[in-house]
Amino acid sequence: MSNITAELAIEKLNNQFGDQIISSEMLYDFLTVTVARKSVKDVIKFLHDDAELNCHFLTTMCGLHYPDQAEQFGMMYQLHNMVANFRIRIKTFTSDAEPAFETLTDIWPSANWMEREAYDFFGFRFHGHPKMKRILNMDSLEGWPLRKEFPLEDPFRADKDDKMFGR
Amino acid sequence: MDIKTTPTTFPGTIHEVPGGGIVTSKLDDVINWARSNSLWPLTFATSCCGIEMMSVAGAKYDFSRFGFEVARATPRQADVIIIAGTIVNKMAPVLKRLYDQMADPKYVVAMGACAISGGPFFYNTYSVVKGADHVIPVDVYIPGCPPRPEALLHALMALQEKIKSGQTREQIREQKPL
Repeated sequence: MSNITAELAIEKLNNQFGDQIISSEMLYDFLTVTVARKSVKDVIKFLHDDAELNCHFLTTMCGLHYPDQAEQFGMMYQLHNMVANFRIRIKTFTSDAEPAFETLTDIWPSANWMEREAYDFFGFRFHGHPKMKRILNMDSLEGWPLRKEFPLEDPFRADKDDKMFGR
Repeated sequence: MDIKTTPTTFPGTIHEVPGGGIVTSKLDDVINWARSNSLWPLTFATSCCGIEMMSVAGAKYDFSRFGFEVARATPRQADVIIIAGTIVNKMAPVLKRLYDQMADPKYVVAMGACAISGGPFFYNTYSVVKGADHVIPVDVYIPGCPPRPEALLHALMALQEKIKSGQTREQIREQKPL
């Protein structure tokens, strides 16, 4: 069992991808790497296929929305090497108004529902996904609920008057 | 002839005659009495109220003492649906379909704040139905978050009283105009 350090992982990623690795930092003892969007799938595939890093498990993934950034939309992936207990978080950002990413379903079938969730709540498309439709919300919902511009409260509600609730 | 009323548990009067007695009653009352004492609930729960409903079905509170004998896992065999929990927009068509699949006569109990109005926390979000009565008609409402098991027992007995007195929605609809 090899002992993978964050320095080793960063060095391997820098050697392989060079300027595609935008930044890396330790956030609360969690190695977080920001990657250019066009290479994010290559980076993840490299982490998955590399014999030493061997990130064989996709812990989670989700959409990001930072409305104050120029590149406001993004995706976050967490990978895990259970043998060496090595974890890494990959982030990528885009300035597109209609963001689209490469699907990971060909690497991990478990990415299927998580990508549908990111589509459901953020409106991100995933190229190559076998069934790109809403998963948790009703099909007729308009808008993307976890984007920051989505109204927090139901704007179509008439019977719950604010003055009744002390606001 | 000596006429005395029976206990309130059974509708009608007993006419004492030599060698025994004759009970007179209205068939509607007997049917309502029978229906109210054998209400089978549907196994349906969407959130934490369902835990309270399960405890009412368990040994400590035991709603089978009052005729809610067996919870059925299919709407075809159930008489009463206890909406125990939040109904979200995606669940609403499922709830409607379950209600439609139940055989008449059928009764609905809305248990807890979520089923009554959408809930104390998320009554104003995009995903929640603001009261299950937007989807199916409700006979008895139980306030609480979640209601105590005793409150559910009280509501079920209130439903029994409603059926016995002929005051449910369907019974009123079936009544002929005077």
